[in-house]
Amino acid sequence: MGEAQMAHKVARMGVFVALCMIFSYIEVLIPFDFGIPGVKLGLANLVIVVGLYLFPPAEVLLISILRIFLTSLLFGNGLSLLYSLSGGILSFAVMLILKKTGWFSIAGVSIAGGVSHNMGQLAVAALILRNLRIFSYLSALLIAGLITGGLIGVISKAVLHAVGSRENGGWENGHQ
Amino acid sequence: MKRTDIALIVVIIILAGAYYVFFGRHTTGDEVLITLDGEEYGTYPLAENQGILVESPDGYNLVCILDGEVFVADADCRDKYCMRQGKTSEPQKCLICLPHKLVVEVRSDRRGGESDIDMVAQ
Repeated sequence: MGEAQMAHKVARMGVFVALCMIFSYIEVLIPFDFGIPGVKLGLANLVIVVGLYLFPPAEVLLISILRIFLTSLLFGNGLSLLYSLSGGILSFAVMLILKKTGWFSIAGVSIAGGVSHNMGQLAVAALILRNLRIFSYLSALLIAGLITGGLIGVISKAVLHAVGSRENGGWENGHQ
Repeated sequence: MKRTDIALIVVIIILAGAYYVFFGRHTTGDEVLITLDGEEYGTYPLAENQGILVESPDGYNLVCILDGEVFVADADCRDKYCMRQGKTSEPQKCLICLPHKLVVEVRSDRRGGESDIDMVAQ
């Protein structure tokens, strides 16, 4: 990999991490309330879902971990870092696997991501609280993940459609 | 949307529904704590149907646990107010018989569990 390509890659990842953080900030300013405590739209996941379809998986994982650390530092606390990290990594793994199978469209991949994100957080919450009663939340979180994942999926599709024409020339290899 | 996407959505909804039917609605306490005159009389699992006859110098109360709910079925106190308080299964709710200094409360198996959840949800 040439130096210019490397520079391009670093710059691109920086832009996407910044985009994630702006989305997280928007959600802090304007919370999208679904009526269940702790449930949010997860606009930052939009960047991750779109990223999965444009960039190598390792790069997207790095973007995801970076934005989780940075947003927790800015808007959260030690506990929220643990929750975000568990949800973020699990949903990334599930989305990557489902995408690789090729059985699902972007909506399905995003829904699986939303649901697994909530499940990862729930599992960590149960571990931290040492209280299994928190699993009474499970049904609500499954449906919430379905809805938020679906919304993110729809938006991702529109975004990919808009940037798709540049995918080969602009995004993947800096200067072709 | 592919057909597999629809299948995924249906599976998630079925999972959520099934979990709700089997486990989700059980957002109740786990055990019944009976206190008599400020002292712990005993704890009893809420899942087990049973009748507990609580006898005190002032009289008796028959506390019944039936199908996950607890109520006072019979008492020889003056006002019978304990019986009129009905059935409960929710934590932090109590049935109280003032004349006999009896408190029947439902709680979860871990004290302070509720407040922990509240803390994290902030």
